[in-house]
Amino acid sequence: MTTLAVLEQRDGVLRKISYEVVTAAQRLGGSVEAVVCAAAQVQGADQVGKFGADKIVTLTNPAFARYAPEGCAQALADRAKQGGYRTLVFAASATGKDLAPRVAAKLGVGVAADITDLAADGGALVVTRPVYAGKALLKVRVTAQPAVLSLRPNVFTPVERPKAGAAETVAVNVPPGGGRVTVREIKPAPAGTLDVAEAQVIISGGRGLKEPANFKVLEELARAFAGRAAVGASRAVVDAGWRAHADQVGQTGKTVSPSLYIAVGISGAIQHLAGMRTSKVIVAINKDKDAPIFKVADYGVVGDLFEIVPKLTEEIRKLHG
Amino acid sequence: MKIAVCIKRVPDSETRVKIATDGKSLDEAGVKFVLNPYDEFAIEEALRRKEKAGAGEVAVFCLGPAAAQETIRTALAMGADRGVLLQADKIPIDPFEAAKVLAAELNSTTWDLILFGRMAIDDYNTQVGPLVAELLGLPCVTTVSHLDIEGTKGVAEREIEGGIEVVDFPLPAVVTADKGLNEPRYPALKGIMAAKKKPLEVKPVQPGTGALEVAALTPPPERKEGKIVGEGAGAVGELVRLLREEAKVL
Repeated sequence: MTTLAVLEQRDGVLRKISYEVVTAAQRLGGSVEAVVCAAAQVQGADQVGKFGADKIVTLTNPAFARYAPEGCAQALADRAKQGGYRTLVFAASATGKDLAPRVAAKLGVGVAADITDLAADGGALVVTRPVYAGKALLKVRVTAQPAVLSLRPNVFTPVERPKAGAAETVAVNVPPGGGRVTVREIKPAPAGTLDVAEAQVIISGGRGLKEPANFKVLEELARAFAGRAAVGASRAVVDAGWRAHADQVGQTGKTVSPSLYIAVGISGAIQHLAGMRTSKVIVAINKDKDAPIFKVADYGVVGDLFEIVPKLTEEIRKLHG
Repeated sequence: MKIAVCIKRVPDSETRVKIATDGKSLDEAGVKFVLNPYDEFAIEEALRRKEKAGAGEVAVFCLGPAAAQETIRTALAMGADRGVLLQADKIPIDPFEAAKVLAAELNSTTWDLILFGRMAIDDYNTQVGPLVAELLGLPCVTTVSHLDIEGTKGVAEREIEGGIEVVDFPLPAVVTADKGLNEPRYPALKGIMAAKKKPLEVKPVQPGTGALEVAALTPPPERKEGKIVGEGAGAVGELVRLLREEAKVL
């Protein structure tokens, strides 16, 4: 039984989430074949053997220099049909959420999406998916052939389990330009900003910040984490136009699972808690000691955020020298 | 422009989830159902496209129970021209089955644009749009926060980690809408009154059971009760010590 682990690259460099995909794939037992669509050899792809890939296949086409939704979907579906894999594993990243359904549909199945756990129960595959924004967990028995899964980022911690990682490169044919849907360009986010979906540390602000300009105190704290932290926001401040929707954490924003989530001036509406309750450690800073956010926080500090946050920034800076 | 919008009836985001006695589904007693928030962006975009073109039709399609007529009326009150309820008591747990039902219905007409919300806030499947696109053989762009259309050429922006992808695509196409695409209008009283007279067709459907089966629906694990470290900036030293030594996250 072989599992196909679909890796991700951008600009010819393997994305770290690929290690999570391989780690989850090897948990299913059997062998793991990792596959990546790229224009040429992918920097870092030779590392996935360490995490349990028996084989690493690079499907190459010049159109894969950027993400080519239709070309990649076709190449992966063709590979899946030839290989007879029992399971395909994707990341539920921005790209994976776009790509997995396209591949699944070509294989005549749906995606068990955004899963946070998986287990082989006898012959059956059982996955866990948060639903209602994490207010409940749905356990699903997947009988699809093949099973197509996507993994919530930051949940499957990469575990080293060295395997051969034999490399293979296969040139594939796809329609001209990679298909009808083509990525013309990628506009990068301002330098140094990290996406909340991927950050290990998230510092989120709410109404308690009082005005948009005050988010600079959170940005300074984020900077103190030396590239590991992103600034998030509650729905209230996104709806008020203070912050971009990309930063919103909650049921109509992003669902996140960082190692450390610091909620600043956020009362803790149920739709916000739903989006961040799977964080490993939660810190709340709020002036109202009865705010619901303290009910889910591991550590709370009551008081004026404009005094507490700068002090915290100072302490974190000391740690990171 | 002929535009189809696929919508869903979902529990409101403020819902407190209670598990039904079967241990496999939501206890719907007392739950307020609304139009899926991401679908509002899809409807608004459809209305603006039609208004800009000066002619055309916006039709909404909803797979759901009889009560979803109310959800369709909300879309009609916003300004959609007609609605179709693909009536089934249960929405299949396997999104591919839902996609098949919608694709079969949409296939009978040639649409310039088929819009979806990027995901439903209940089951978080985030895939019915692209599944339908594949079934219909149409180009698809997902999670779109900005859209330009000139003739049969579309340019969309979609958020990815650390940036924005700018995507070219031809029409007809399937597009799934993200928050930020537009500012959805509230149905005005006039719209609500007009919606009552707009055509709403009900078609019974029988979705397949698919290849996903619910084993259980459970509450998430309770978080261990936390502690208040202290008050004010004076508590920060202790907070940092706990984060390093107890939680080991620094």
